[in-house]
Amino acid sequence: MNAMTKSAAELRRAARDHIRLPRLETPFHDRLMALSEVNDWYNWAGYKAPHSLFDGELEYFAIRSTAALFDISPMVKYRITGADAERYLNRLTLRDVRKLGVNRVHYTAWCDDHGHVLDDGTLFRLGEQEFRLCCQERHLPWLLDSAFGFSVDIREETEEIAGLALQGPTSHAVLRDAGFVGTEKLKPFDIATFPHEDGTVTISRTGFTGDLGYELFVPRAKALSLWDRLWNAGQEHAIRAIGFGALDQARIETGFIVANADFVTAEGALRADRVRMPDEIGLEWLVDPDKPNFNGRRAILDARRNQTLKHILVGLEIEGNIPAEHALVYHRQKHEAGLVTAAIWSPTAKRNIAIASLERPYGSKFTDDLWVEIYAMRELKYQKMMKRAKIVPRPFVKLARRTATPPGLK
Amino acid sequence: MTSFDAIVIGAGHNGLAAATRLAKGGRKVLVLEAANEPGGATRGREFAPGFRSAGLAHLVNRLDAEVARDLGLDLAGGETLLPTTVLDGSGKAVVLKGAYGETIDGVSAEEAAAFAAMRTKLAFQAGVLKRFLRRPPPQIGAIALGDFATFAAAGLGLIRKGRSEGRDFLRMLLMNVADVADEYLTDDRLKGLVAFDATLGVHLGPRSPTSLLGLYYRLTGDVAGKTGGQYVPSGGMASVAPAFVRAAEKAGVTIRCGTPVGRILADRGRTSGVVTRDGTEITAPIVVSAIHPQTTFLNLVDPAESGTGFVRSVKNVRSYGNVAKLDLALDSVPNFEGLPAAARNGRIVLVRSMQQVESAFNPAKYGEFSTDPVMEITLPSLADPSLALAGGCTLSALVQYAPYRLKAGWEAGKPAFLKIVLETLERHAPGIGKSVVAASLMTPVDIEAEYNLPGGHWHHGELQADQLLINRPTSAASGYKTPIEGLYLASAGAHPGGGISGLPGWNAARHILSGAKA
Amino acid sequence: MQKYDALIVGGGHNGLVTACYLQRSGLKVAVLEKNGWVGGAATSRELTPGFLYSNCSYVCSLFRPEIMRDLELPKHGLQVIAYEGGAVFTRDGDYLASYRDHDSHRREFARYSKRDAEAYERYARDVTRQCRFIQPLLMRTAPDPFSFRPRDISELLYLAKKFGEFSPHEMAETLRFWTMSISDYLDEYFETDVIKAYLALSGIIGTALGPMSPGTAYVLLHHYMGEVDGSVGAWGYARGGMGAVTQALARSFEAAGGVIRTDAEVSKILARGGRTTGVVLANGDEVRADLVVSSADVKRTFLKLVDEDALPGDFVHRVKHFKMRGSSGKVNIALDSLPEFPALPEGSSCMRGDMHFTDSIERMERAYDDWKDGRWSTDPFLDMVIPTTLDPTMASPGKHFMSCFVQYCPPKVEGRDWTDADRDAFAETVISQIASYSPGFRERIVHMEVRTPREIENEVGLTEGNIFQGELTFDQLLFNRPVPGYAQYRSPIHGLYMCGSSTHPGGGVMGAPGRNAAAEILRDLKRTPEQMSKAHDVI
Repeated sequence: MNAMTKSAAELRRAARDHIRLPRLETPFHDRLMALSEVNDWYNWAGYKAPHSLFDGELEYFAIRSTAALFDISPMVKYRITGADAERYLNRLTLRDVRKLGVNRVHYTAWCDDHGHVLDDGTLFRLGEQEFRLCCQERHLPWLLDSAFGFSVDIREETEEIAGLALQGPTSHAVLRDAGFVGTEKLKPFDIATFPHEDGTVTISRTGFTGDLGYELFVPRAKALSLWDRLWNAGQEHAIRAIGFGALDQARIETGFIVANADFVTAEGALRADRVRMPDEIGLEWLVDPDKPNFNGRRAILDARRNQTLKHILVGLEIEGNIPAEHALVYHRQKHEAGLVTAAIWSPTAKRNIAIASLERPYGSKFTDDLWVEIYAMRELKYQKMMKRAKIVPRPFVKLARRTATPPGLK
Repeated sequence: MTSFDAIVIGAGHNGLAAATRLAKGGRKVLVLEAANEPGGATRGREFAPGFRSAGLAHLVNRLDAEVARDLGLDLAGGETLLPTTVLDGSGKAVVLKGAYGETIDGVSAEEAAAFAAMRTKLAFQAGVLKRFLRRPPPQIGAIALGDFATFAAAGLGLIRKGRSEGRDFLRMLLMNVADVADEYLTDDRLKGLVAFDATLGVHLGPRSPTSLLGLYYRLTGDVAGKTGGQYVPSGGMASVAPAFVRAAEKAGVTIRCGTPVGRILADRGRTSGVVTRDGTEITAPIVVSAIHPQTTFLNLVDPAESGTGFVRSVKNVRSYGNVAKLDLALDSVPNFEGLPAAARNGRIVLVRSMQQVESAFNPAKYGEFSTDPVMEITLPSLADPSLALAGGCTLSALVQYAPYRLKAGWEAGKPAFLKIVLETLERHAPGIGKSVVAASLMTPVDIEAEYNLPGGHWHHGELQADQLLINRPTSAASGYKTPIEGLYLASAGAHPGGGISGLPGWNAARHILSGAKA
Repeated sequence: MQKYDALIVGGGHNGLVTACYLQRSGLKVAVLEKNGWVGGAATSRELTPGFLYSNCSYVCSLFRPEIMRDLELPKHGLQVIAYEGGAVFTRDGDYLASYRDHDSHRREFARYSKRDAEAYERYARDVTRQCRFIQPLLMRTAPDPFSFRPRDISELLYLAKKFGEFSPHEMAETLRFWTMSISDYLDEYFETDVIKAYLALSGIIGTALGPMSPGTAYVLLHHYMGEVDGSVGAWGYARGGMGAVTQALARSFEAAGGVIRTDAEVSKILARGGRTTGVVLANGDEVRADLVVSSADVKRTFLKLVDEDALPGDFVHRVKHFKMRGSSGKVNIALDSLPEFPALPEGSSCMRGDMHFTDSIERMERAYDDWKDGRWSTDPFLDMVIPTTLDPTMASPGKHFMSCFVQYCPPKVEGRDWTDADRDAFAETVISQIASYSPGFRERIVHMEVRTPREIENEVGLTEGNIFQGELTFDQLLFNRPVPGYAQYRSPIHGLYMCGSSTHPGGGVMGAPGRNAAAEILRDLKRTPEQMSKAHDVI
């Protein structure tokens, strides 16, 4: 038996009641509950999270026209610290962490030894030896096993740290009026800390919407006061709280992918052919062959050299206006070429867009004459359509205000 | 500064076999050895003033004839096979003569016939397996022509003997030794012997499924073409290491002792040499690690150069020794009750029954040593009088089970275990206690320290079904190549495993010379 | 003298499955059962008024849904209810619960180790991958690698192809998985004793192996490859007890025109000139048929019912050395109220699942050491369920039936036969273990049935009381089960077949041996098994 200190055993016992609340409430739950008009919740990694709060479509326009507040607390967060933290993360992830400055964020992904993507996420460099990794899935065993031979400390802080995304054209105006002086200097992917109550809040100019936007992180205890501070300041800037449905539309417009929606993570995949290499899900740009060794390096480079990559992720623009979610993609209307993983009619681009996973050589060699077969259920009948699709670059929606510094106020 | 084509880490017999083969293949080879003399686990040591032990192994039973011929090993003595005597304390010995009991004294004619039938069956099956030992394990997904040939030959060998032999082979392959022994034998001493031989050096009891593999492994060894034979070379076991060294030097290998490697250089998946512990960088396009795979990848290669999954699988290699090595300095030749004088130069196994081996194994599962241990004994100074002071004698014993991870810790456990071992010896050889001049008991922890063997495991990793062939030491590093280009494994931790066979080293070198893609 | 087309020896679930398929294919079939009731080891018996006992097998998962459907078992009364989870009680007064909800399951494991809680995901995936490989093999006859008949060669190629679909890495993993001990396998994922103990139990149930024995990772698979309504690995209760399975089979059989004769013990299977002609019953009656299918275990069939002279010597030799090795016992208890487990919160769903007290692998293995020495475990491993928490048909409201599966329990006590005193002492070991976690437990007991391997063998006819009709070790799996060269349900005697759990794919209330045997018999009769649907896809 493990020798267990008494307090640890007591903590363990105290945690037994978790079963009474199978869906955890986020630190912002009280506010969300009060704002929820439609009671439309879903399970986000064990948390009760809003799918929508009042009207999905209107929530979307808050992102693109005013300011939207989205609770990202259920996102899995790890704090990685120590003398070898940079070297550790450089081996773990695809991009060169040495190039990530303090108070900067980058999007990255990480693979297993076979070069199959385990997850993607954002890496925050909070200090020379201090990082935060945010992602969709849980990876503690992988992160701990990766730490062998490194002087590094890894701690999951999902429950302790509350997170909010504040996105939209007036998001900076909200921050300014909430008294966060200096946020105007934040360039995309910058991080800074600001006083909040007797502590601080970490604000980064990041987001999942492709719009002007920020993400804010505070200890759990300060969550509600932060919410109120933003909410009050946001009243004049038409701030709205939103659910996942609206965010998902925005992220598709931006061409961002979501683990276990647009690709299956390597640790989750039961079927051997479902795993994906970075180059197969549009993440080839993250792979840095010149930096020191990293997980999956050899397999990825071998696959490139031997041309054994099997899939490719593409952006599609589809004729008509019927969203093609989970539609089959065909070449010349007859050869099956792949699957649409996400699709919407883009309200901002006014285009029918999709993200699709194609089987090479479709999408790589054969890029013309692609079609999608849409089955639209209308009043208990599938209306089948074969629509022409064109490979187009992502993002589908590119907004100048996303990168303008200083940011605009509306 | 001289440049080398290949650096071999570790001057154990596998390292030297690899180096010699590479040198004979035209490569310029440097062997780096941490200790002050070569030999690895066959390195002798003075364990008491005037008394020497020839190393961990005290018999030769699987030195591959083709390896010996190819390397030019000059080890004589294989023409005299040594007997095995089983002593159960009753004074009535069973003596197995020739190669693993071609004839047996001390049992009924029926029992001898039953043993012969079992021996024939197992030797035939081991013969099928043996084809796979002399070449790298078949690589799934890229099965080479040679693999097909081996499979085909193995298959044909089975079929030629008829369907029932083939069926028996597939049925028995993963059985436990106890059920097989029970099916054939009735004599407890013989059953005890095969149970002991099957489990010596592995963390299994005779009733553990797959334990028959240990016996097969023994029977894949031969001496002068005789399956299961054993001998001590002329001049004693102490002549083994020098023979490998001579062969290496003759082939032009440079051996540098007292030069521990501190780091294996690797950058983005390719090795370029090593850095010795004193900081000297020695470059070479090929590095052959003839030391434990865990030392190689957990200590010498920067983990950043390996994948997380690979490091995980290397850490998962089970490599905790279960055998203690006893060396006794005696002032006279001990007198084992029932041991015929003619068998004194052979192997003596102290075991009463299979049940004894099984019961001895039980505590090892929980990190406790056996209170009624089983052991095999030789008297090395009989073959090599220089090991003992004049008139004296040395005794070498491999005692089982003595788990590496002893719950109580070996500091406290060792005196207690030594006492039990000496009492056991006293029961079989009354008076031996009084003749002990000095006793050296090496627990797996001591073996680890003395021979740089993690876990004190002489096979460099459990020799069990799940750690064999394409899983030895782990799938991504099986077949001698590793995830690091230019870095190869050549120790007992690689296919086919431990014992003085020379095969892991020799196979590794042949693999490298074949130019197979790393 | 009656004459049938086929006689089935033994009315257990496999015998009945074969009987149903043969009858539905147009044969005239009779099932001969020695007891006064059918069911074999899947029975519900009212051993004390007001309580229905699942007195042998006690949970249902492995029974193939294809069979339920082919034989219209729901129509004949079979209903399987998924259950909720379970718990291992720890010696420090806590427990480790198993919850069906994914996140609750993770949080429960995380009480012990956050790392283990997440490692469970990878573990579950890896085991599921192995399950998906093995599942399609259940409903296929194992090919004989040395027959060289086209059908065997094509089956071998099928297997090779299945295996070939794996990446090299997965193949290596599969070889490892099949040969590892469940303890070593779990060590690669987990650090917490109680979590390992909880997960290891499926690796030992029914076998005469400990969790540290190589091959037990495979045994785990044997328990995981079941399903309840497509939920792979899930377990459930048969409503009305396990007898509901065999009752439904019996009704289905009789509805198709089959004849069941109870109190009709077969004492001899007739064989003349290498061909069977029927059986002789214990009362001396002779029943004629050209086909005899024995659902009894291979030892009972060929060492007790068939004349040794009628069989090849090497076959008899192999049957004699077939390993049965009973390792378990049962204590079935009628309770006048629901027992209390103070460690559990009130109303905990754990009471509706399987409960255990063995919180470390070491305790489990030490329990096995006792068995090896020919004793029942002094600190046994219990698999305990109270089906009446979900099934109102087995006892009146407020009363409960509790099934305790106990391991390890040897077929002989230190080499001698069991005595009644031994049996009582064995029961006391079990009851005192339960009582130490459940105050007042003894006072709730209304009636108790204790079954050691002796009772199991005497009543059910399972040699040495082995619930799988033979160990699930490599030398007794696939083409080796029960005897190499005779692993395709046929025997050396023309017309005599085997359909019990001694054949591939082995034990558990699965029905697959019975169905596969029927398929082979129909093949020999050159009939197309129209009544037999294809095995479900694993996609």
